[in-house]
Amino acid sequence: MSDPKTPIYLDYGATTPMDERVWQVMQPFFSQDFGNPSSVHAFGQRAEAGLEAARRDMAAQLNAEPGELIFTSGGTESDNLALRGAAFAARAARGANHILVSNVEHAAVARNAVQLADSHGFELELIPADQQGQVQPEEVAARLREDTAVVSVVMANNEVGTINPITEIAALCRARYIPLHTDAVQAGAYLPINVQSLGVDLLSLGAHKFYGPKGIGALYVSEGIKLLPTQAGGSHEEGLRAGTPNVPYIVGMAQAFSLVQGETEARATTLRSLRDQVINGVLKSVPDAQLTGHPEQRLPNHASFLFQGVDGNALLMLLDGAGFACSSGSACKTGDPEPSEILTAMGFTREWALGSLRVTVGIHTQPDEIEAFLTALPALVEKSRALETA
Amino acid sequence: MSTKVVVAMSGGVDSSVAAALLQRQGYEVIGMMMRLWSEPGRESHNRCCTPESMGIARQVAGQLGIPFYAVNAQESFRSTVVEYFLEGYASGVTPNPCLACNRHIRWEFLLERALAQGAEFMATGHYVRLQREPGQPERLFEAVDQAKDQSYVLSVLRPDQLRHALFPLGDLTKPEVRAIAAELNLPAATSKESQDLCFLGGEDYRAFLQRNAPQLGAPGPIQNRAGEVLGEHSGLIHYTIGQRKGLGIAAPEPFYVLEKDQAQNALIVGNQDELGDRELSAGQMNWTQGAAPSEPFAADVKIRYKATKAPAQISPLEGDRVHIRFDDPQRGFTPGQAAVIYREGEVLGGGLIEAAPPKAARSQVQLAEALA
Repeated sequence: MSDPKTPIYLDYGATTPMDERVWQVMQPFFSQDFGNPSSVHAFGQRAEAGLEAARRDMAAQLNAEPGELIFTSGGTESDNLALRGAAFAARAARGANHILVSNVEHAAVARNAVQLADSHGFELELIPADQQGQVQPEEVAARLREDTAVVSVVMANNEVGTINPITEIAALCRARYIPLHTDAVQAGAYLPINVQSLGVDLLSLGAHKFYGPKGIGALYVSEGIKLLPTQAGGSHEEGLRAGTPNVPYIVGMAQAFSLVQGETEARATTLRSLRDQVINGVLKSVPDAQLTGHPEQRLPNHASFLFQGVDGNALLMLLDGAGFACSSGSACKTGDPEPSEILTAMGFTREWALGSLRVTVGIHTQPDEIEAFLTALPALVEKSRALETA
Repeated sequence: MSTKVVVAMSGGVDSSVAAALLQRQGYEVIGMMMRLWSEPGRESHNRCCTPESMGIARQVAGQLGIPFYAVNAQESFRSTVVEYFLEGYASGVTPNPCLACNRHIRWEFLLERALAQGAEFMATGHYVRLQREPGQPERLFEAVDQAKDQSYVLSVLRPDQLRHALFPLGDLTKPEVRAIAAELNLPAATSKESQDLCFLGGEDYRAFLQRNAPQLGAPGPIQNRAGEVLGEHSGLIHYTIGQRKGLGIAAPEPFYVLEKDQAQNALIVGNQDELGDRELSAGQMNWTQGAAPSEPFAADVKIRYKATKAPAQISPLEGDRVHIRFDDPQRGFTPGQAAVIYREGEVLGGGLIEAAPPKAARSQVQLAEALA
């Protein structure tokens, strides 16, 4: 058992500690080069230089043009701008009214799509994922229509880690001239993100998932894709996102992204072995447990399970008490858990779906920390099972 | 390693100070707060666990530097406390859900989770005292602050629950607790204290019953003991024992509600003389020391949360029941509420007041039971 006073962090899918090198490049832009990048004077020029350098760096990493990168307040805002922006623009341009979204999207996409249907009259159609949470291209192909405004399929699922065949799906959409959005928030730190080889039109990123600061994100908008801005105001960010850009955070995000993207392969190898240590260890030592998501095509840092007869939140409390920080598909700090919509969409029953555990490793994770976790877990699962039957 | 204690927090000043005091005493404190059941759509009204109060509890935990967990107790609360509440009204009694909550939710459901978390004790901000001596079962006493005493609702605790209980506020007065909170700069909910049932969210219980058990609101006759019909009532749930106002009967002397005859759906009323009574029987007795006394004994009995204790003679009966005979006639015995037995400030036990058998037959029945 680890010492609860220095708990072990196994929740990199929730957020990541910021890289010290990121903090270094952010610092000058708070009090020294603090100008408004829109200003004409020297102060504004220095801020603008930092902002545009960040845009060029990040665009280069993505294999995009600088003008195709819109800075936002994070992954959720990027998803909002992409989905709503594309839906409303397609309706205005060609009367398109059909939205196609997978049934394993993060709430930032899923709830958006539901609101577009309920409050704005769009016709929402869900693309069913398979039992491993994967969206098959033929399921997309079968649903594409002339009047489809936008398609959204997550690149890698946050709860079960499954990676989707985005390249194939993008080719189908592009052949029909229908914009495809992908939420790459979970994928950003661990998969190479090259918008040209992916062939997507819209791609969301959030910096705090890749060792950058919270509250900053980006949306890649392929040249020629029309969006209606969700936030009206000044003509910042190609007129798509009004509001003074958060220069220090944008500079930090670009630095963080360049650090992770430069090392994805090396990192993935290390992380994959830690992840497999978790998966094999848990399945071996905990009875009535199953892996969720795809066994191979999953994020290299992501392990997720269901335990029969367990309340996921009760297990998280016990784990935290023993010094291990993990999360659950029904993660909810207000004590009001509902089984995850993603897990129920994948076909799991409520009883199983309530007992989910997500273990996401990261660059600071050590093999002996995984050993300690694997030693502690079986007894804690039994304890939480006993609570359910008490 | 220091002893772990889970504090059942509410965001209120009492449980926050309880947590701070235990930490000061050297315990390793963990905060837990239960998410209780609310009617769908009325979640933000639940007095015990509004998002605001949970935010405050979380802030207090952060200030003290202790872990804090929200625990989902909604299903347990609904299937025990809310069902008990509805069934109570359906059977014609006036249930006290706080008793059921303390017995089954706070001191069973939450205690199990506290113990699983490695705690030896669970503490609450209740005003009540516990005497703990090595090798002896714990003894439960009234609080020093008589105005705040909550021993009535904790009379349901069994020895196995008391063994794990800590009540750090029992020796303090409310002003002292407020002073400690101010001194430690602890935030506390601004909402004023309320005796309402948490899941009613400030609403009248009758509106809740009308939505959740509409069949209970059926009108019926108002009768006197002789069976004469004096008027019509608007549903038995709308009346409480001892109620005088709102009966709608014109008479020279005021009438009082004496009984609810569930079988006939009749409200039995009478004059003030008929209201007073010396005797009652209580069932589902809990004895804080475990075993029921074998001989009759003299004690003080409290028949409502805010009632004054009155001297009485207690005779244990078969089947977890007691017969209680007060030295002086008492008013307002309410079936479903607890009769709590005290001796020199100690809570000996408590049980639920039973519906009295029809008046004429009663003394023989009770005599027979007392002699059995």
